[in-house]
Amino acid sequence: MFAATSFSFNPLQDLQAMLAYDFMRNAFIAGGCIAAAAGLVGYFVVLRNQVFTTDALGHVAFTGGMGGLLIGLNLLVGVFGSCIAVALAIGSLGGRGRGRDVAIGTVFAWVLGLGLLFLSIFTSSHSASAGNMGISVLFGSILGMQPAQAAIASVAGLLTCIALLAIARPLLFVTLDPEVATSRGLPIRVLTAFFLILVAITVAESVQAVGALLVFGLMVTPAAVAQNLTTNPYAGMAVSAAVAVLAVWLGLTLAFYISYPVSFFITALAFGAFIVSLGVSRIHRTASV
Amino acid sequence: MADSPSWDLLADLQLLLRFHFMQNALVVGTLVAVLAGAVGYFVVLRGQSFAAHMLSQVGFPGAAAAVLLHLPPVIGLAAFCTAAALGVGVIGRRIDAGNRMESAVVGSILAFSLGLGLLFFRLYAGSAQAVYAFLFGTILGISDRDVAATAVTAVVCLIALAAIARPLVFASVDPDVAEARGVPVRAISMAFLLLAALAVAVTVQIVGTLLIFALLVAPGACALQLTARPARGLALTVALSLLFTWTGLAVAYFTIYPVGFFITTIAFAAYVLIRIARAISRGNGASHRDAQAA
Repeated sequence: MFAATSFSFNPLQDLQAMLAYDFMRNAFIAGGCIAAAAGLVGYFVVLRNQVFTTDALGHVAFTGGMGGLLIGLNLLVGVFGSCIAVALAIGSLGGRGRGRDVAIGTVFAWVLGLGLLFLSIFTSSHSASAGNMGISVLFGSILGMQPAQAAIASVAGLLTCIALLAIARPLLFVTLDPEVATSRGLPIRVLTAFFLILVAITVAESVQAVGALLVFGLMVTPAAVAQNLTTNPYAGMAVSAAVAVLAVWLGLTLAFYISYPVSFFITALAFGAFIVSLGVSRIHRTASV
Repeated sequence: MADSPSWDLLADLQLLLRFHFMQNALVVGTLVAVLAGAVGYFVVLRGQSFAAHMLSQVGFPGAAAAVLLHLPPVIGLAAFCTAAALGVGVIGRRIDAGNRMESAVVGSILAFSLGLGLLFFRLYAGSAQAVYAFLFGTILGISDRDVAATAVTAVVCLIALAAIARPLVFASVDPDVAEARGVPVRAISMAFLLLAALAVAVTVQIVGTLLIFALLVAPGACALQLTARPARGLALTVALSLLFTWTGLAVAYFTIYPVGFFITTIAFAAYVLIRIARAISRGNGASHRDAQAA
């Protein structure tokens, strides 16, 4: 996006040139924290087969953000508020938000349609540049983060990581063997509800980094890479978080030198890692046979 | 759009058809509604609504690439959707949101293809409006070339669908028995997936990549709530699909708000009403039976 600086092949100098800009520093710190949270939470999302809950929450984030703007709230308030509210609703229904369900699909197509209405009301009542607001919610705007936003995003990302690591052990137990976990007296309902709130916060965070439509790229793809490479859950969590953070940092670096959208680089890098991991797991399987 | 509707329906219709872009939108809308309805009935019957969702999102970079190359977007959409359908067919598994690893894979592909679409639009230096048109549909800017491409696609697909309709119903309702009777189930599923890809490609023009459910899945879902008979269900699906599209286009013309919002809202309202009506009639039936039993 800002190809003012050209690449010099001296890594240290390049890094210094890049981090001389405030917006790049903000993007690196906030993006790293968001990506770590997305990788960790995403690992459990895939493990618990709740991929389509995150898809649904991404749609809700768009509509919530646009609705928030319309009634004069901060974009973030709308995104966070709507995600957490819908996650709680999904949790209380006890459903897992399966994508194959026609009813859920129809509901969420309508939710997006509603977001589109909010967007067009907002655009027509504000200046034409307001139209870009919608694009940045759909496809992310990590380079446009204000210092305050970046600080909030970093803190929220770190807190999410800590909260997830704190419940990781019982959550794994509940995910892998719910019957035994119940008989041992683990509070399953509380744990799953708490996890859904963490998912909601992570989706709302990821929307700022890669956008509502590309949340999968940060939450699901790194987790799929981890699933391909290891069956050990703790190693898997580490791999998933590392892939997400690397995808964001490398994506930011590429976008700094090549003026293409960051979100594209992040999703493409994560997807590339996924293809490589697929190959690695194939080779492993044939080698062990 | 400066026009306001009156209670005189004929005058309203004349207003609607006054502009060339609106004539094009109505022709394409009608073709799309018939094709999406017919294909959508089988999509719901076969439980492939998630595959339809996937095909439509893979179409987004296709549309963007076509714009970049100065081709009609529908050609790019058709190329990418068909390629995705072939990929799914070759892998040979049903796309199923219930499977953990498979949904993660599909989710990864979706994120990547939407990211690719974003890149193509940025390369084209397109405005936000161009992106919204493909994400959420539009009634503006449907060219005569688009009309011709849509008409050809729709006619070819409808003929092909009519040709395979009977074995398709059989293979969808009871694949095992169909296989035993010598129906080529795999070939038929493959052919249907390709038809679905083309239907998705033309439908995206009206409702956009993200709102495809409203025309491809909602009418079929409504019809299957109301009747189990294939011929009647198919007719009902096409009728509902036409109703959603025409009403949506007409309302969008007279307001400043986007067509995608109206079509999804009408489709959603119809689905909810039918579900409620079904629940009430089932409740009545149950209480009736209870009374008889007593």
